[in-house]
Amino acid sequence: MLLGLFALLACQLAGEVIVRAFAWPVPGPVIGIVLMFAVLTLHGHLRKPEAAEQGPIAKVADTLLSNLGLVFVPAGVGISQHYGLILDHGLALVVALVVSTVLTLLVTVGVFRLVSRLQSSRRPVP
Amino acid sequence: MSAATPFDLWVYLAASPLLWLTITVGIFVGAQRLAKASGFNALVNPVLITIVAVVIVLQLTGTRYDTYFDGAQFIHFILGPATVALAVPLYRARQLVRAKALPILAALAVGAPFAIASATIIAFLLGAGREIILALVPKSVTAGIAVGIAGEIGAEPALTAVLVIATGILGAVIVTPLMNAHKITDYAARGFAAGLTSHGIGTARAYQVDQIAGSFAGLAMALNGLATAIIVPLAFGVFG
Repeated sequence: MLLGLFALLACQLAGEVIVRAFAWPVPGPVIGIVLMFAVLTLHGHLRKPEAAEQGPIAKVADTLLSNLGLVFVPAGVGISQHYGLILDHGLALVVALVVSTVLTLLVTVGVFRLVSRLQSSRRPVP
Repeated sequence: MSAATPFDLWVYLAASPLLWLTITVGIFVGAQRLAKASGFNALVNPVLITIVAVVIVLQLTGTRYDTYFDGAQFIHFILGPATVALAVPLYRARQLVRAKALPILAALAVGAPFAIASATIIAFLLGAGREIILALVPKSVTAGIAVGIAGEIGAEPALTAVLVIATGILGAVIVTPLMNAHKITDYAARGFAAGLTSHGIGTARAYQVDQIAGSFAGLAMALNGLATAIIVPLAFGVFG
């Protein structure tokens, strides 16, 4: 469990260091994901893929991801800091968020299904 | 030392990180129970319930956000490692990704910029200021990455986080009725849309509905986080 936590923190730390060292305009945890993926791939190659999928890193990751909602709460409570700004732009914000969310869902699902269907219709029937 | 009066005790507790940490975790556990009891009704969203309940408690007790955050920061800190943890579902889904590579890449290539453009253009047309528009840019990206993007483009991180969470909750509430109304039964596609649009909160919702939907949602959340984090600073570098 501690080994898994260490691996996640180390990848995040390495991500933050790389981003700052090369002045990349990308958040540290993004590079952290890439590094973690590389570590898992390497682990899977050296042992077995199952070892990487169910190992200590995966166990800690599952625990974190299954309670992901909780980690958004402290930032979300920050809404109380922005009542003024949010009320002043209430209509624009609500319309932008609702319309953009509905359209993004529909556009994404639409493109996914369209390409999925094109791909399976092109593939020769076995 | 004489026994503390209830008032003394409150003065101590209200300023202690332990109280607000305990209250946040406690309310979230209760909200999760409530969601389960409702049969995972989309409207009974644990994140939304917890935020509203905590805001009410803070208002009633006259507690400042800074004081609250002193305790809650221990949970907030986990955003970073939890973001890195996305590599695990990504690794597990690698074969699924290979099989569905084309639809995934196409939906990502269209969906990621669409999420940004649709929100910012609508807000701009409705006369929102620069502050609001910038904070809307990473609204579909998981909070750990969105706050980083906010830093890169000069948006207010706290406002960004609030809009990210609002988008997450909205998508989680809308996705199931919307997809059912359009009679879309491809759970891979539904999950991918939920994760791309509404990041972790949408992914949590997708897992409640269907396992395949959940895996594709987690994948979409990770890919959209990567894509947006790369597209946005480049676009800002070009347009300025």
